[in-house]
Amino acid sequence: MKYLKLLLSFALVIGIFFVLNTKLGDLPPLGKFLNPQSGIWQNETNESVTGEIRIPGLSDKVTVHYDEHMIPHVFAQNEHDLYKAQGYLTAKHRLWQLEFQTHAAAGRLSEIFGEGALNYDRTERRRGMGYGADQAIAYMEQYDTETLGYVQDYADGVNAYIDQLDPADYPVEYKLLDYQPESWSPKKTALLLMYMTKMLAGGDEDLEYTNVLRILGKDNFNLLFPDFFDITDPVIPKNTDWSFIDVPQTELPESQAVLDTIQETIEKPNPANGSNNWAISGAKSSTGNPILANDPHLGLNLPAIWFVMQLSTPEHNAFGATIPGALAVISGFNQHIAWGETNATRDVIDWYKVEFNEDRTKYKYDGDWKDVTVRVEDIKIKGRENYKDSVLYTHHGPVVFDKNFKSDNELEGYAMKWIGHQGGNNQKTFIELNKAKNYNDYVSALKYWNAPAQNFVFASTEGDIALWIQGKFANKWEGQGKFLMDGSNPENDWQSYIPQEFNAHTKNPERGFVSSANQHPVDENYPFFVFNDGYETYRNRVINDFFNSKEKISVQDFKDLHNNNHNLKAAELVPYMLENMDASSLTEDERIVYEEMKAWKFNNDIDEVGPSIWRQWYGRLYNMTWDEFDIEDTAMAAPYAYQTIYLLKNHGAHELMDIVETEDKKETAKDLFLLAFKAAAKRLKEIKEEKGDYTWLKYKATYAGHLLQALPAFSRFDIPIGGDRNIVNATSEDHGPSWRMIVEMTSPPTAIGIYPGGQSGNPGSQYYDNFIDDWAAGNYYNLNFMQTNEATKAVIGTQTLTPASND
Amino acid sequence: MTKNITNFTATIILAVILSLFLPWWSVMTAALATSLFIPLKKTAVFFVPFLAILVFWAGHSFVLSSANDFILAKQISQLLKIGGNPYLLILITGVIGGLAAGIAAIFGKQLTLLNSKK
Repeated sequence: MKYLKLLLSFALVIGIFFVLNTKLGDLPPLGKFLNPQSGIWQNETNESVTGEIRIPGLSDKVTVHYDEHMIPHVFAQNEHDLYKAQGYLTAKHRLWQLEFQTHAAAGRLSEIFGEGALNYDRTERRRGMGYGADQAIAYMEQYDTETLGYVQDYADGVNAYIDQLDPADYPVEYKLLDYQPESWSPKKTALLLMYMTKMLAGGDEDLEYTNVLRILGKDNFNLLFPDFFDITDPVIPKNTDWSFIDVPQTELPESQAVLDTIQETIEKPNPANGSNNWAISGAKSSTGNPILANDPHLGLNLPAIWFVMQLSTPEHNAFGATIPGALAVISGFNQHIAWGETNATRDVIDWYKVEFNEDRTKYKYDGDWKDVTVRVEDIKIKGRENYKDSVLYTHHGPVVFDKNFKSDNELEGYAMKWIGHQGGNNQKTFIELNKAKNYNDYVSALKYWNAPAQNFVFASTEGDIALWIQGKFANKWEGQGKFLMDGSNPENDWQSYIPQEFNAHTKNPERGFVSSANQHPVDENYPFFVFNDGYETYRNRVINDFFNSKEKISVQDFKDLHNNNHNLKAAELVPYMLENMDASSLTEDERIVYEEMKAWKFNNDIDEVGPSIWRQWYGRLYNMTWDEFDIEDTAMAAPYAYQTIYLLKNHGAHELMDIVETEDKKETAKDLFLLAFKAAAKRLKEIKEEKGDYTWLKYKATYAGHLLQALPAFSRFDIPIGGDRNIVNATSEDHGPSWRMIVEMTSPPTAIGIYPGGQSGNPGSQYYDNFIDDWAAGNYYNLNFMQTNEATKAVIGTQTLTPASND
Repeated sequence: MTKNITNFTATIILAVILSLFLPWWSVMTAALATSLFIPLKKTAVFFVPFLAILVFWAGHSFVLSSANDFILAKQISQLLKIGGNPYLLILITGVIGGLAAGIAAIFGKQLTLLNSKK
């Protein structure tokens, strides 16, 4: 009996130990997770901002002053120490995010989440994310060991933090998911840059367009997807003189698109990724100093994508937004210049159909067989054996789609040619920009930048403003890369690149301002082929009209423009619809919505109902218009908003306006207006019943979601901010101005900035999301640009990083 | 009664000391040890170490959390779907520690019985 009891109680002990020490489903291991000595209670802390920390490898003392916003102002004696300190401090405040983003980039999420993430991981690996990162490291090893040295310094800094970290101090997400941080390496910085490249230059519709062309024919395709819309207000002003370009566009070969049926494609980045930037000249500025602004529109995540820092050595002093994982300031200013980026999307991904030999060791090219190389992707999966995926590589790039992935063709595949695979030296651009003193330094810093192509805006205390569209662009023949191409024909390869000095740019233009908002880079007169890669057509016009309409511009005007909620898209279609729709059949309920719409002044403010009605109405109209594009097992891409609205207004009786389902009736645009309106009114009534009303505030319900699928406990919901996509204040549900900065080029520059988040990555910190309310209200913080190492009144704490002796 | 108090105090002290070296299961070790050296009777076998560790863990959590205005405790409480109440999370933390300790003590008691009545 007593042995039975003993055995029983022993089993109980083992049982309770197992249950409390193991992650069960979504539930973290509760003993580990909740014990006060090493569990989450240890994360219930504020930031430490004082004291002395010993860091191995530092050559001199580094002083870090924190201000009230928890922004570190770093004073190092040389660049090596500076980037060690940046790595250390970034890890200190954002370790989990820092590592998680590179795991996501590398296709390593299955390691953390298990089998559910396998498809994601395979996609990222087949996209060549790790391959691209390897190329970037190889490039630096061969051509630029200096930059690689800084990248290694950063890694050493991160590792110095990880090495002195007690498991009790691991960020709370590690405890929740029950895993540990690993060492940082230069490859991870390269992966982070690939992550940005994918986010901003990782989308294309070539395969979808191939299906559209095959199904709807060439005439329709050209009508729906023109290279240029009927209006363009490009990044580089229209009247720019291109006569200095003496390299011709690649000659058009006899090439035919390969009209395959493509069932599904890989996931694309969010089309709401975009940005605004602009700068005005001294002549246009109310103070006589140039002023520059930048607001990148990215996912509104927590921890926020940006981490603001001041990074200085005796030789330079930079301030602005950094990205955890990358060195130096990305969008910011120093004592002499200010700079910022918007995405300059271009068709930098092309697809090639590849034909293999019998054992898939060779592929057809130029009438011969060429060797395939194989990259084995070994994917670790939590709680299961590894998954090995062999990805075949051609000279084009990885064969993403083949019999093992989203295709059943035994001996064929689609290879991806992507500028992201070409190992550039992007990191150097930022390191150099941080030190640049004038226009020439800025231009030479940009030369290293391959991808993602960016519109780099510039202003200097010397009084120059400029904007370069920088990236490595293929010099394509007319139409190259719109559709799937035959990979065996050498004429379909990218023949050459546009020489960097012929990238479109403008310096001190007559109009007194430069601006970009992801619109068309240039007009038709630019001598190289530029296909419409989903260019914005609304924010740019609102911004440029604003600057053209005012003689003198102040910082206050910049703030107003950042927070401008004018919905130009709606303003261009709603009056037409109201005028042309037959409203006689509206019910009483529908009539109320109709009157509300009529009263709307096209501002997406939070207390308006107009934006919600517009969203419903246009959304349904768009889907009804392009119902032809909803075909089972066929990847399709419907036209962009601008062209859709143009067609609704100018080609209202086009065959595609018809709703396919209603066989006995031929709908025109006007019929669709009414049908969509009625459907919208019905849904709005439901929303009113669910939420009380359908003001834009409730309808949009903007949120900043935690990186772990917006885990509610660590996210912020119902943030009161207006705007939407295609509006200068580009805040949609979960996307928007992820960093707002305005810099006046006084000497030294005076700057304000804010972002929707907080400096700390710890959900338990008061600095985790403390900027959000001010951000939503359109407020800014003064960025305290410290000129010397002396602590001022604004400093709330000073930490000293000192070289650790080697014993 | 005094034995209960002695065991209670010893369990807490031992748990605090062991927690400096061992992971969370240090509380199980502590309760096991005190159950061997300060044996108790009947329900006290379980409840004394249970209460000791409950007080230890809940108290420690409370001290840590109140210093930071319970910011994270509220979030974790929401995360574990217990309504966002930080005090409930503190109580649950205590109960979990106590449960582990109590069960370890029962096992310890069975071990002592094995010895004494041989």
